[in-house]
Amino acid sequence: MGLFYLFAAVAVLASLLVIAQRNPIYSVLLLIASFGALSGLYVMLEAPFVAVIQIIVYAGAIMVLFLFVVMLLNAPHEDTDYDERVHPLMRPGPMRFGGVLAIALALELVWALTKRAESGRFAGGAVSSVAAIGRLLFTQYAFAFEVTSVLIIAAMVGAVVLARREDWR
Amino acid sequence: MPSLNDYLVLSAVLFAIGTAGVFVRRNLITILLSIEIMLNAVNLSFVAFGRALGSADGQIIVFFVMTVAAAEAAVGLAIVISLFRHKESLNPDTFTELKW
Repeated sequence: MGLFYLFAAVAVLASLLVIAQRNPIYSVLLLIASFGALSGLYVMLEAPFVAVIQIIVYAGAIMVLFLFVVMLLNAPHEDTDYDERVHPLMRPGPMRFGGVLAIALALELVWALTKRAESGRFAGGAVSSVAAIGRLLFTQYAFAFEVTSVLIIAAMVGAVVLARREDWR
Repeated sequence: MPSLNDYLVLSAVLFAIGTAGVFVRRNLITILLSIEIMLNAVNLSFVAFGRALGSADGQIIVFFVMTVAAAEAAVGLAIVISLFRHKESLNPDTFTELKW
């Protein structure tokens, strides 16, 4: 239980700091810390496969892509047309209510989750072997798996086309 | 042993943090990062529910969510790069040509 609270605290604090940072590079690095804590939670949920791909694919590949773009654009600071020292509740537009809306959403979700007094204990028998997951992936979910490859190719071509310079000839 | 509800509450809190980031921040890259936080909150619910039901389906859905997140990050960041080339800005409030 103590380990759960440790990982949960790291995940929540790192995520909060991600959206509190003004420099996107620190945001990306803090999000990697949050993903590490989530990976620990996956291990506690007896899902080592998800824990490992969380580190390798998410923290390793996707976040490096973000880091590349942040460094490529070289625009570290948020440029806003208002004074940045203004209190968040005094800022223009939806930003005034964004935090309030998010707190309301969190309260509603937590209320809905804790309303039913089920113990929610985990029964025995978790599927944690990679072989079982792989077998399921290539039998029952084979079609979805192949469609995923089409999605990846489409995303790759789309990224190349979108990020290309106009005067590429 | 933490219960299913503990994981679901943590997932709800993380999702709300991601929502707050999308609303509050005015930087396209931070908004994309907030979307990643929300996707991860949902992944945590999937794995916790799969563990509670004793099935591997939750973990497989997480696998698909991660591939979709990778595709979304690649296309989203390409759009960010091409937007930055046009306006030299990452503030979404500067891209209002489609607003009538």
